[in-house]
Amino acid sequence: MIRHAVLQLKPQKGHLQANLEHLAATLRGLRQTEGRLPEVVVLPEAFLSAYFLQGGVREVALTQAELVEHTAALFSHLEWPGKLDMVVGFYEREGGTYYNAAAYLELGGRGLLNVHRKVFLPTYGVFDEERYLSRGSRVQAFDTRFGRVATLICEDFWHSATGMIAALDGAEILYVPSASPARGFAGSEPANVIRWKSLAQATAAEHGVYVVLSSLVGLEAGKGLAGGSVIAGPEGNLLGQAPVFEEAVLLGDIDLDRIPPIRYDNPLLADLESGLPLLWPDLERVLERGQGSRPRAAGQRVLLRERA
Amino acid sequence: MRVIEAVPGHEVLELNYPLVAEFLQRFLREELGWRGFHKAVVASSGGVDSALTVALAARALGPENVYTIFMPHAISRPESREHAELVAQTFGVHYEVVDITAMVEGYAQQVPGLSARRKGNVMARARTIVGFDKSEEYGALHLGTGNKTERLFGYYTWHDVADTGPINPLGDLYKTQVWGLAEHLGVPEVVRGKPPTADLEVGQTDESDLGIAYRRADVILEHYLKGYPDAYIVRMGYSEAEVERVKRLVNRTHWKRHLPAVAVVSTTAIHEFYLRPLDFRLG
Repeated sequence: MIRHAVLQLKPQKGHLQANLEHLAATLRGLRQTEGRLPEVVVLPEAFLSAYFLQGGVREVALTQAELVEHTAALFSHLEWPGKLDMVVGFYEREGGTYYNAAAYLELGGRGLLNVHRKVFLPTYGVFDEERYLSRGSRVQAFDTRFGRVATLICEDFWHSATGMIAALDGAEILYVPSASPARGFAGSEPANVIRWKSLAQATAAEHGVYVVLSSLVGLEAGKGLAGGSVIAGPEGNLLGQAPVFEEAVLLGDIDLDRIPPIRYDNPLLADLESGLPLLWPDLERVLERGQGSRPRAAGQRVLLRERA
Repeated sequence: MRVIEAVPGHEVLELNYPLVAEFLQRFLREELGWRGFHKAVVASSGGVDSALTVALAARALGPENVYTIFMPHAISRPESREHAELVAQTFGVHYEVVDITAMVEGYAQQVPGLSARRKGNVMARARTIVGFDKSEEYGALHLGTGNKTERLFGYYTWHDVADTGPINPLGDLYKTQVWGLAEHLGVPEVVRGKPPTADLEVGQTDESDLGIAYRRADVILEHYLKGYPDAYIVRMGYSEAEVERVKRLVNRTHWKRHLPAVAVVSTTAIHEFYLRPLDFRLG
């Protein structure tokens, strides 16, 4: 059993130090509560700066080395018993290039294990990411001290292809930091929160994986980051849900030993592994520029870049 | 064998009003909070928009932190004052009257030939002066009260008291939704049920000024903004003239929903090249 804590926190815009202190205070608070301490904490997308920054990204983005330095300092002051793994969303700077990224850190241990750079940058409606950020180009699973996992950021997860690649790469837990402004107030919850839950359940069930969604909260110039973080189990059940709009800690134990029996009952991932190569020619056919049978919609971008 | 017919998809204006109310209350608390305020001033006109704003502010901030200012002019309808008082009583907030007649007429005496329309604009902007001054007096922010329909139609005096509030909880709610939320929050029926009016000219009503009923305009607006073609809207039971009227009002007034146009001469022009969200600040 791997003890997880989804930290659905509200950052202060552009205030790295305040956000690190808020995180530290939350972790200290968890130490004071009864029950087992978390071994993995999962923070939302862009937690270290808040989400909507426009051109301010370049003023608050961190290099990987800076992130490691800040989180190591935070951890050293915590006096946390043993190691603590952390997934955290941040704006990353590498030279003159900026990414929407999420790091996986083993604090008190091996340090930075992985940085995922968001591939699907929403640039429509209320979003404008690609104006300020570059796309990542990789979806990869990686090994932690608990097992093999992958990180996907927000819209990455809205495309079933990313979860598919991560699962085929051996990930048994998908960490999904997100920042989702509430819209659609006709139902019992904001429509995007309902959508997130169904996505988490569907992806978890399709591949027999755990999905840990950590969703930002807080008002950002009228846009209400919705929260509603969830943990979904490999049979597609919601194991827990944080409230909408308010700060919360969602605790949950993840039991990777449950995955094999569930996949035995429902061997969709194995089927995918066998069947997907058969579809490869069709995938190439529909993706090949200008060769697809589906006409491109007006305004649709052509983004089929060759990977070096 | 059972035969079941699926419901066709459609746009909805009806909202989950308890959920919206909770969100707007959080909006008021948080947006005031980071600006360093916990009190609000609302220019209360006796109409449903300001009444709903008062209701939300009272729930969000506590009634003791909400100051409503009724600002009549000699031509204001008598029932406007009664309704502004009723709203204050209903929600337990502070209430005061600042009569703007002297302000407006003092100006009018200096500019012979001031038309009713011009005087109405002066009234609206006199209220802006009072709104900001009362905000300073109480260490509060004054709240915008403009709803989405009137914002889309440009049906307000630019930079009036409803337009200039730094925080506006109603700006993304159509008038139809304002009525729905107002009912949910207990705004008195006499306020919700009367014909909306800017009350800037004798006998004025919004719907006669606009040439279309709000409830019809709102459905057209929602479909137009989402990109449905005119023919689709007409098939829903709206006339071509109504659709045309709505589109015309929206498309003559985009300037009113923006900051003033600035002559761009550099690559650091504010809001053109140099882009920062309004809540951006470096720690």
